[in-house]
Order: sequence, then C-alpha cells, then structure tokens
Amino acid sequence: MDIIITGLLLGGTYALIAFGLNLQYGVARIMNLANGEFLVIGALAAFWIFVADAISPIMTMLIVAPLAFFGNWVIYQVLLRPLVRRAKNQGQLEVDSILATFGMSFALVGVMVSIHGEYFTYSYLAEPFEIIGETFALNRIVAFCFAVLIGGVLWFWLYFTRPGMAIRAVSVSTEASGLVGINVPKMSALAFALGGAVTTMGGTLISTFITLDASVGVIFTMKALIIIIMGGVGDIRGAIIAALILGLIETTVARLIDPGLTLAAAYAIFVLVLLFRPQGLFGRKPS
Amino acid sequence: MNRDANISSLVWAGVLLLVAACVPLVANGYWMSIALTIAMFTVLSTSWALFSGPTHYISLATAAFFGVGGYLVGTGMSDYNQGFWTMVVIAPLVGAVLAFLIGIATLRLSGVYFVIFTLGLAEMIRTLVSWIQNNFTGSRGLYVLTDLTETDIYLYLIILAAVVYLVGWWVNRSRLGFALRIIGNDETVARHVGINTAMSKVILFTFSGFVAALVGALIAPRYTYIEPNGVFSPELSFIVVIMALLGGTGRLWGPIVGVIPFALLQEFINANYSNYSTLVLGIAFLVIVYFLPHGVVGRIEQAVSRRRRSTW
Amino acid sequence: MVATVLSVANATKRFGGLVAVNNLSFEVNRNEVMGIIGPNGSGKTTMMNLISGALRMSEGSISFEGRFIGSQKPNQINQRGISRTFQMVRVLPGLSVAENCIAGMAFGPRRMWGEEARYEAGKLLERVGLAKQDSQPIGSLTYIDQKRLELARALAADPKLLLLDEWLAGLNPTELQEGIELIHSLREDGITIILVEHVMDAIRMLCDRCVVMAAGSKIAEGTPDDVLANPEVIKVYIGEDV
Repeated sequence: MDIIITGLLLGGTYALIAFGLNLQYGVARIMNLANGEFLVIGALAAFWIFVADAISPIMTMLIVAPLAFFGNWVIYQVLLRPLVRRAKNQGQLEVDSILATFGMSFALVGVMVSIHGEYFTYSYLAEPFEIIGETFALNRIVAFCFAVLIGGVLWFWLYFTRPGMAIRAVSVSTEASGLVGINVPKMSALAFALGGAVTTMGGTLISTFITLDASVGVIFTMKALIIIIMGGVGDIRGAIIAALILGLIETTVARLIDPGLTLAAAYAIFVLVLLFRPQGLFGRKPS
Repeated sequence: MNRDANISSLVWAGVLLLVAACVPLVANGYWMSIALTIAMFTVLSTSWALFSGPTHYISLATAAFFGVGGYLVGTGMSDYNQGFWTMVVIAPLVGAVLAFLIGIATLRLSGVYFVIFTLGLAEMIRTLVSWIQNNFTGSRGLYVLTDLTETDIYLYLIILAAVVYLVGWWVNRSRLGFALRIIGNDETVARHVGINTAMSKVILFTFSGFVAALVGALIAPRYTYIEPNGVFSPELSFIVVIMALLGGTGRLWGPIVGVIPFALLQEFINANYSNYSTLVLGIAFLVIVYFLPHGVVGRIEQAVSRRRRSTW
Repeated sequence: MVATVLSVANATKRFGGLVAVNNLSFEVNRNEVMGIIGPNGSGKTTMMNLISGALRMSEGSISFEGRFIGSQKPNQINQRGISRTFQMVRVLPGLSVAENCIAGMAFGPRRMWGEEARYEAGKLLERVGLAKQDSQPIGSLTYIDQKRLELARALAADPKLLLLDEWLAGLNPTELQEGIELIHSLREDGITIILVEHVMDAIRMLCDRCVVMAAGSKIAEGTPDDVLANPEVIKVYIGEDV
C-alpha cells in the first residue's frame, strides 16, 4: 500500500516533467534531448537558493519558471528555428534537432559541472505525514500537490483558452493549423518555451526529495521520453497515466528488488511498448 | 553503383593501411598510445557509418556493444578462466545477437524511437551488469592479463579496420548498400520497390554491433582492469558519432577524416582542460549541425563541385 | 476470356472517426484501364494506398490474381507484380537518374542488377522520354521529367498492375497529350492500369471503365461516357470542369 501511494506520488511529479517534453515534441516537433538538463537547472537553482537564503523551493519555482520560459524561447528562436526552416521533411528535422539538442545538453552539463560538480541535496519538509494510517514524506506529498496544481492550470489553459486551443491544433497538424490562420512558428516557440518552463518547475519540485547531480539530466530525459511514448505522443491523459505507471513500477522495483534496477525496469517497459503498442496507450495507430 | 565502389579506392585504402601498419616502427610509447586510440575509433566510426550513414538512424548503441565486448573478456578471463582469444571469438557473437534483438525491436519503427532507445542503452546495461556483479558474482573489477603489447593490439585493430573497410566496399557495390541508400532517401519508396526495409536495416546494424563488441574485446588488455563503470561509458557513443559526422558519412573514408583531428583534440583537452571535455563534446555537436551537416568531406565535395560547375 | 486481375471487396478504411473509404467494391480485368475518379477528398488516394499496401484496411479484402493481399506489406505486394507512382512525386534525391530507375527493378520480382540493369534502365528512360536527361542531377529535373522518372521506376519492375495516382496532374496541354499517349502505349504492352485522375479528357480517352467515389463510397461505375452523364456524378462535380 505504501508502495502504491509512494509510486503514485512519484508518478505525479514525473507527469509534470513529461508534460514539458510533450509540449516540446508534440507541438514544436523538437525532440529536445536537453530537456533533462533544464530539470537539473531547476533543481540546482532550488538547492542554491534554499541553502543560501533558506527560501522555499516553491518560491524558487515561481522565480525560475519565467526565466526558464524566456531561456527556452530564446533557444527555440536562435538555435532551433534555423533547423525547422532548413529541414525538408519531418525525419530530417528530427535528426537535426536530436543532434543540436545533444550539443546543448552536453554544453549545459559541462557548464553545470564546472559550477557545481558534486551531488546536491537538501532537506526540505522532510517530515513524516500521515495518510490512511501510513506515513509518507511530506515533501513528496507537497511536490505531488504542486505538480497536480500546475498540471491542472496547464490543462485548463490548453482546453479552455484560445491560445491553448491553437497549441492543441498545432500538435495535431502544423499544415492544417497554418491553413486556418494560426501562426505556427509563434505557437511552436510558445509551446517550446512553456514546455521548458514546466520541466524546470518539475525539476525544482523533484529536488525536494531526490538527490541529484549535474550529469543526471539524461536519465530524466529518457524517462520523460519513455512516458510520452508510452502514453502516446501529444496526448495528455496518456502521459499522465503512463507517468503514474512508471512511478509505480519504479517504486515497486526499488523497494522489492533493488534500487539500482529502476532504469532497467523503465527500459523493460519501453521495450514492451515498442514491441506491442508503439503508438502508446492513446496514440493514433500508425497507418 | 557507388563512387567508392571501384578498384582504385581499394588500392588507396590498401596503401593507407600499409602506412598505418608502419607507425609502430617510428612511434614511441606516448604516440603509440594515441595511435592505438585513433585505430580504435577508426574502426568504431567506420562501422558505425556503414549503418547510420545511409539510413540516417543515429545509433548511440556503440558504447553498449563495446562495453559488452570488454566486459565479456574481463569476466571470461577473471571469473571463468577462459583464454583471451576464446573470449575474443565469443564477445562479437554476443554483440551481434544483442544488436539483432535490438534491431528487430526498434528498427521497424521511426528513427526517433531508435535513437532514444540506444541513448540509454549503455547506461541501462551498466546498471544491470553492476547489479548482477554486486549480488551474484561478488567481484567489482575484472583483471585481463595478457602478454599483448600496445603495438600488438594496434596491429590487430588495423587488420580489423581493413576488414571493415572491405565489407563497406563490398556493401557499397551490392544491392544491400543500394537498398540502404534508398531507405535513407525515402523509406516509403523503398518499401514500394520491393525492399524489406526492416531486414536490410537489421543486417547492417547487427554487423556494426558485432564490430563494436569485437573492438571492445580486443582493447580490453590495454586497460588491464575492467569494471562496469569504465567500460560502459555512454560518452563513447557520442564521441564515435561526432567523429563520423565530423568527417562525413557520404564516403567510406569520411569518418577517418573526423577521427584523427578529434582524437588529437580530445587528447589535448583531457591533458590540459579535463573539466571542459563535456563542453567540448557539446560544441562539437553544435558545429556539426550548423556548419558541417555533411561533415568536412561533404563540405569539400560541395566546394569542388561548385568550382567545377563555375568553370563551364 | 476475361480474367479478373484485381478484386476489391467491401474495402473500408477508418482514421479514428473519419471513414475515408466506405465499403468499396470493384473489379479490374486484365489489360483494362480502370479510372477512379471523384472530387477532392473522396478517398481515391486512400484506396490506392490500400491496394499498394501503404495503408492497412480496417475491413474488407483485396485479392490480386486470386491471392489475398490485404494484409501484406508494400514490399510483398510489389513482389507480386504491383507498382505505383505517388500523388506527390517521390523521386530519390540522393540517387542519379539511372539509379532511380534501377531502384525499381533491383529488388522486385525481376531482381535485375549490374550491367543488365543499367542497359534496361537506359531503355526505360528512353521509353518515358528521359533519354537526354540521364546524366542530369536530380535536383534540376523539371516537374514533368520527375514524373516521367517515377513512371520509369514503376515500369522497371515490369508490373502486371500499375497504379497511377494523379500522374497527369499539373501538366500543360502539350505535356498532357504526350502523357496520355505514353499511358496508352503502356496499355498496348499488356499492362493493367488503375488511374486516379481529375483530368476528364484523359479519363475519356484512356479508361475502359470508371469507378466514381464521393465521400469514401462508390456512387457510380461504368464506361466514362455513362458515368460522366450520370446525374449523381454531375452533382458531386458541380463547379468542376466536366
């Protein structure tokens, strides 16, 4: 039971991170392999500010989000737009964006390692909290609650506002969206920036209960990718369910078998999805 | 069928390899070590480019196969008392089987899924192997003790490079190479002209896995002490990709053009600015994407053909 | 004796909620030129994709020369003797003109390679009118030449059934005339052809029979004169150049 709830808490936070990548890949069509590094940036920022001024990571999250938004927007316009313009088809854009975002991720890791090379962790709200008679870490619960809150706001924005609808349209078809008057490049930039901001917020949340270091970004990128592929690229419900499943399975494996095998477990899921349902839970079946 | 598929390119390659084989005669310990690294990356990059070049499926699995090769030699010799050469035969076969399985699972799908899968593969195998080691076999590191010198390993790698080059040359002339080029141009058309695209990709990918594992096995004696964290370094995959793309995958000898300068650059950075080695990788990727999308060789060929056209 | 080469029975293709092809049935006889016509969005190209294997049917069956091909992949269908061209011309940009042609014959049922293939490619390029362009870089080919090249590639497989998806689209009157003559000569060679077209002149001149599609369903079948006089057909085409 304890495992289930912890797994769900973890999954909820994962869902937020996957949300960010879903916006970047599903809408802007950029496979952003530097996504995990922005998560780490968010975490690092929370660490510094907490250690230096004892300011709650939640506050940090609100500071970091607009910065990450701006940063990602700049990255999209300066680094990625040239690739979108030059690509002759979706396949080539994917290869180019993979290589370019690789470059970015290495550059970011290199910079972060030279700033802060070791592991970082801090103790925030590391108190026990009771639910249904079992105790859990308060920080995990708080992180989960905020993830749900942010996710909820985003979901509302996507489904009940005009720009949100425009973004959803672009994720279905860039051509058709352009034809109905949506400014696709602008929406793509918006989605990319928003995705980056969301991931960074996820990073600050996750740093409250997980120890990280500068180079761990790629693992989170992998997990986010596994989640959105498992859920179906572009589909939000799917990503949430997939994230919860991943959180559950990881926690189960970590507790019952060995914490060192969580990545292997994630991979095993990934292989099963690729073999049996590559379009994910809610994706459209590739014709 | 392809510009590289004629006898003259074979002759040039032969000459180059002979020159390479003479290096041990003039090189001292330090340069021999660098030459060995260059030889290793030459084989890895060229075999990588055989698959990833024409198909545009960026494989990051090199480190996984390399690690498997090195690890099998280590564990075979340390834990099971097998001879070095026995393991050198077994390792690439295991690598090939692994590549085949991965290929079947992921190459039916789009290139993106393939890249993502191979991205974490080395890391995943590392955690798996570590776990097995910690809980079942007990030992942390494995000893590979042989009488092979660096020169010996270097010469074996040169021979392997020759073999890979020959295979590449043969593939370029063959229907298989043609099929891969068509797949890289337009996979839908490839299917509609009767090509079994999945199988074609899997065959080449299996070969690249075989070679990478063999390289890992052959070079194990250089390190003497094998442990999972060292031998499954994901960075290796990225370096191989950078070298091949930097040189250019359009030609069989393109990767070598990228290997030599980048290997020297790495040597330099690791010796003087080792904190920045990751940053260098990042910059290299960015340079390739924005300035050298077809590698140095591609850039030169563009310039040559432009000049040729302008003299009409 | 009339032999049925292709038999489509109750073919249906759904994309989520959209039914692109709805319970379509028709047969094509040997050496016939069958036209599939209809307004834009009526599902014609989807039907072609179902036959060539690029898409999988949601329901129904397709059989070619008596064997079911509905669940086969495009490369398997090609091996059986079906070739096609694409609505958006797909020449292979990284290959030479000759190589594009050889691509069509190297892997299919003919499996031609080497010297033999080069010779054959030369003949095919001449057939489609590309003899002078054979050393031109692909990027500089005109639109009609690209179409010719794609046709050469399709013919290279020596197909029993040729699928032409709006091959005559976008041609000026001279080119159109040449194109129609070319297709006519193919028919003389004994190839069975299915044409998706909008150009009514071509339909009248080339097709023995037509199937008219609208919103995924068949609304008429018969000779070009019959269907083009059919009031239902005229209705769906109002505004088009009949």
